[in-house]
Amino acid sequence: METFLKVEQLSKTYVAGKPVFDGVSFGIERGEFVCIIGHSGCGKTTVLNVLAGLDQASSGHVFMDGREVLGPSLERGVVFQGHALMPWLTVRQNIAFAVRSKWPEWSRAQVDEHVCKYVKLVGLDSAIDKKPSQLSGGMKQRVGIARAFSVQPKMLLLDEPFGALDALTRGSIQDELIDIVRSTGQTVFMITHDVDEAIFLADRILLMSNGAQTAQGYVPGGIAEVVLNTLPAERKRAGLHHLDGYYELRNHIVDFLVSRAKPQDGH
Amino acid sequence: MNSSLRLKSSLLSLLILTVLLAVWQIATQPLLAAPTATVTLTPEQIEYQKMLGKDPAASSASAEAGKGAGFPTPMQMAQTIYKHLSDPLYDNGPNDKGIMIQLAHSLARVGLGFALACLAAIPLGFVIGMSPLLYRAFDPFIQVLKPISPLAWMPLALYTIKDSSISGIFVIFICSVWPMLINTAFGVASVRRDWLNVAATLELSAPRKAFEVILPAAAPTILTGMRISMGIAWLVIVAAEMLVGGTGIGYFVWNEWNNLSLTNVIFAVLVIGVVGMLLDLSFARLQKWVTYVE
Repeated sequence: METFLKVEQLSKTYVAGKPVFDGVSFGIERGEFVCIIGHSGCGKTTVLNVLAGLDQASSGHVFMDGREVLGPSLERGVVFQGHALMPWLTVRQNIAFAVRSKWPEWSRAQVDEHVCKYVKLVGLDSAIDKKPSQLSGGMKQRVGIARAFSVQPKMLLLDEPFGALDALTRGSIQDELIDIVRSTGQTVFMITHDVDEAIFLADRILLMSNGAQTAQGYVPGGIAEVVLNTLPAERKRAGLHHLDGYYELRNHIVDFLVSRAKPQDGH
Repeated sequence: MNSSLRLKSSLLSLLILTVLLAVWQIATQPLLAAPTATVTLTPEQIEYQKMLGKDPAASSASAEAGKGAGFPTPMQMAQTIYKHLSDPLYDNGPNDKGIMIQLAHSLARVGLGFALACLAAIPLGFVIGMSPLLYRAFDPFIQVLKPISPLAWMPLALYTIKDSSISGIFVIFICSVWPMLINTAFGVASVRRDWLNVAATLELSAPRKAFEVILPAAAPTILTGMRISMGIAWLVIVAAEMLVGGTGIGYFVWNEWNNLSLTNVIFAVLVIGVVGMLLDLSFARLQKWVTYVE
C-alpha cells in the first residue's frame, strides 16, 4: 500500500544560505499517529503549516493520498495552539460554522445533530451554548478538537494543542483524544514539547534538530531521527511508566533533546 | 456597594446642579438700585439717554416685566424651556419654527451624511484593510485629507453642488468618512491570523470569510469609528447650519443670537448637548452588542 502522506525534501529559508530546515522527508501511514518533537525555532510549526497548506515551503513537496498539497483544504483539519475559536460565537455555532463549510447543502437540523454528536464526544454537552470566554482553557481546546473532528478530515494536524494547559487537564484531554483517534482510525500529525505526551500518544516520534552554526559551517535543522514506539498499542496513561522499555524510550528522547538537538550547546 | 455608590453619585450630581443654579440666580439678580436712578434724572438727561437709544422708562418697565436685556435668570430660562417643549412642532414661517422641526432638519442632515459616509467608508476600509498594498497607497491621501476642517470644504461644496442644503449634507459626509475609514481598515487589517487560518482550512468562500469572520472580528473597531464619526458630525452640523442657514438647530442658534434672545440660545445649547449625548449613548449600545470577550 502506498504511503498516505509523503513529505519529500522539504526546506524553508528565511535568510538566504541559512535554511531553517532542509531535506525533511518522512511518510505517515493511514491511521498512524505521529508526533514531532524538538526545541523552539527548529521549524516544527512551519512543517505543520506546510502540511496544512497554510504556508509554502521554499522547496520540496507534500503529497496526501496521491495528490500534492498546494493549499488549505477541508481534508486536513487543524487544531491550533491557541484554540482559535471565534469568540463571538457559542460552542454550538463555532462547530456548526465548520460543519456548514463541509456540507453546505445540509439542513439546519442535520447540522445541529452533527454538532451535538461531536460536542458529546468531547464531553461538553453542558457548555454547548456558552461563549468561548466562559470556558476554561481545557474546555476551549476540547472545542477546537471537536471542530477539527466534526468535518471528518482525512488527516488531523495538531499544533501543540495542550501546551497552555495544566498537567491534570492535559492528561484527561490526552485520554479523550486517543480514544477518539483509536475509534475513528484517524491519521494524526502532532507537534509537542512534552516527551511523555509523545510516548503515550504516538506510534512514531520524529526528532527534529535546530539549525546551527558549527565549526564546519552552518548546518540546517531537520529530522535527526525517527523513533518507533515499541510500547504496546493499547497502553494506558496511568500505567505508562511501569511498562517495559518506557524508560529506555524516554531517556533516548530526552538525551536527544538535551545533547543532540542543538549542536552549539552540545560541544 | 454598587447601588450605594450610584446613590451617592446621583446626590452629588444633584448638589452640583443646585449650586450651579444658585450661582446663576445670584449672578443674574436684577439691580434694584437702577430704576430709582430715573427719578433723579433731569428731563434733559432723559432726552439725552433716549437719543443714545437707552430709554430709562422703558428699561425699568421691562426689568419689572422680567424681560431685561441682560443675561436671563434661571426662572426665565425655565419659562422658555417650558414654552418650547409644550409646543415643539409649530411652524410660523421661515424664521419661527418649533424646536422639534429644527432638530428634525439637523438630524436628517446628519443621518443622511452619516449614512452616505458609512456606505463609502466601510466597504472601502474593508478593501484597504485586506490589502497591504492599497493600505500603503491610500495612506498619504487619508493623512492629508483627514485633518482638514470639514467647514473648509464648504465654499467648494457650495460652488460645485450649488445647493446649500446638500452642501450641508456633504460637509457631514466628509467629516464622518475619515474616522470610519481608518478604523475599518485598521480593524480588518488586524483580524487575528488564527481566525483567518481557520477560515482557510475550512475552505470558506470569499464572501463568507468577509461576512462571517472578518466583519464580526472587526465590528467593535468599526463601531468605535462610527461612534467617533457621529460625535464629530454632531459638532459640525451646528457650525454648518450657521453658515448655510435656512433650517436646523445651528441656524436656530444663529437666528436667536440675531434676535438677541439669549434664553433661546441657551435653550438650543442645552438641546444640542442632550441630543449629542443620546446619539452617543445609542452608539455605545450598538458597540456593546458587537463587542466580544476573547
